[in-house]
Amino acid sequence: MIQYVRLSVTALMLSLLVSACEKKDPPAPETGVSTVKVEVANKVGTANLSLNNQWYLNEHSDSFTVSKLMYYLSNVQLVGAAGTYTEVESYHLVSQADAASLVLDLKDVPVGDYTKITFMIGVDSLRNVSGAQTGALDPVNGMFWSWNTGYIMLKLEGNSPKSPLTDGGLVFHAGGYKGQYAVQRTVSITLPAAITVKKGVVNHIHLDADVLKMFKSPTLFDFATLHTIHSEGKDAKNFADNYSGMFTVSYSGL
Amino acid sequence: MKKAWIIGVLVLAGTLFTIGGCKKDTIDPGTWQPVSFAVPAGWPQPAYAFVNNPLTSEGFILGRKLFYDVRLSRDNTISCGTCHQQFASFAHLDHDVSHGIYGLFGTRNSPGLANMAWHTSFFWDGGVNHLESQPINPIQNHVEMDMTMPEVITRVGADADYKGRFKKVFGDETVNSQRIFRAMAQFMGAMVSADSKYDKVIRNEPGFLFSPAEQRGLTLFRQKCATCHKEPLFSDFSFRNNGLVPKASVNDSGRAHITREVSDLYKFKVPSLRNILLSRPYMHDGRFTTLDAVLEHYRTGVVATATTDPLLSSGITLTTEEKNDIIIFLGTLTDSTFIKNKLFAEPAK
Repeated sequence: MIQYVRLSVTALMLSLLVSACEKKDPPAPETGVSTVKVEVANKVGTANLSLNNQWYLNEHSDSFTVSKLMYYLSNVQLVGAAGTYTEVESYHLVSQADAASLVLDLKDVPVGDYTKITFMIGVDSLRNVSGAQTGALDPVNGMFWSWNTGYIMLKLEGNSPKSPLTDGGLVFHAGGYKGQYAVQRTVSITLPAAITVKKGVVNHIHLDADVLKMFKSPTLFDFATLHTIHSEGKDAKNFADNYSGMFTVSYSGL
Repeated sequence: MKKAWIIGVLVLAGTLFTIGGCKKDTIDPGTWQPVSFAVPAGWPQPAYAFVNNPLTSEGFILGRKLFYDVRLSRDNTISCGTCHQQFASFAHLDHDVSHGIYGLFGTRNSPGLANMAWHTSFFWDGGVNHLESQPINPIQNHVEMDMTMPEVITRVGADADYKGRFKKVFGDETVNSQRIFRAMAQFMGAMVSADSKYDKVIRNEPGFLFSPAEQRGLTLFRQKCATCHKEPLFSDFSFRNNGLVPKASVNDSGRAHITREVSDLYKFKVPSLRNILLSRPYMHDGRFTTLDAVLEHYRTGVVATATTDPLLSSGITLTTEEKNDIIIFLGTLTDSTFIKNKLFAEPAK
């Protein structure tokens, strides 16, 4: 009897502790979840983007190099028969110079079939007005405008002989989170094949970004006249309309 | 005996629940807390409500230490407190613009820092939208403190005293930008000035009455100034062109620098007038050294352009006596409790 009381009291105590934390902790693996890896590949046409030393041609036939490519992917969702999975605290800073940043681990995705991936290029307006952030959104990452609060959603820097700047520089910093000049863009792509999330099995989604599309359409970039964007406005908005179409999914499955 | 044992376990469980539950990030609630934040009677709710950043004495004191620390500047000469002096209600007395590292000059007047929790934007152009996003600006500005956040984090993180304080406030010694900005927001957000003679008269505190000149001044103020300098914060926090001719050397476009709208050219944030007698010089570029000069501008000096506020396009009609009465009234906005409050002062070294 004593043993029984002790056991039940201990169980009660444990359940109190467990339930106290339930709201904050992600669901345990037993509930049937797994990881989906999104592998980002920044490309120029069909070739993998190579920083600094590789010359490329844009649609306007201007040659250029890329020294830096960074952008936010946020608010990632998977949609399908299994329902909608929404990643918690979904803010990723992708940087071509940092291989680890090119892999996004979507954790605790409930089992089932998914046919579509949805995400935002950039950071939602709410986090642009919510004060000091950390992690991917920490201003130390160099993707934050302090004088006009807000995130640089996408940053591409490089060089072109067509640029009239003394160093031939290309500086494209797209920012602005509100009104007509907002540059965050939501992208939704149907997967080439549905993925079936199963416990203990990791699925992969290959997300390709084509740099050439940033300068192609609907606004054709001539680096002689359009080589610098470093505030919100029309140029940044046009740039965003271009890069909103740069992603494709080249593979989905195990 | 059995019962006593069970009660003991339940008490133990309760204790574990309290201590070992989900609140490991916060400090012991039993800690003595002299620092507090309260909305003064009759005031609106603040824009900054310490959400995700609960005000604690330790957090406030850490923010204060950062505020007064010259190591936040490249050459270890400038702290926030250099250009925000308590005796001037945290403006920079007698400086039209302030000098940062290496004696470099800025282009705008250092504003006072009272009642920051109610401000809906920061800086004369309102470019910053959140109290926690404010400090990064002067820290990184090349003519102010000229630091990068990684450098600040390295300096702060190398200091044993800071590490202990970060642990107390945030649960571990990690120094990052979010913690720095949140601690500073605790300090700045708690700086409330609501104890001037004006406040005491409005609150009907015994022994406090306006003099006849002050009363006349208040009546005139409410007729001629209070639309923009709205009570009780003495600003509506809007952006307006008050008819100053831009200085050719700077040609500061003001709010338009942020919004890129022609309609915002030469507009600046309406400043609060609390402690205004203490915080000369005046205007966004500090061009006027006296309140008399300010009111004279509104009386005779407004130059109307396309974006000049319609309320000011033909100036403000005032007699000399009326001007003097308004200035006398503005003197009742001086809060000596605020400027002498040791909590806000630089701690003795």
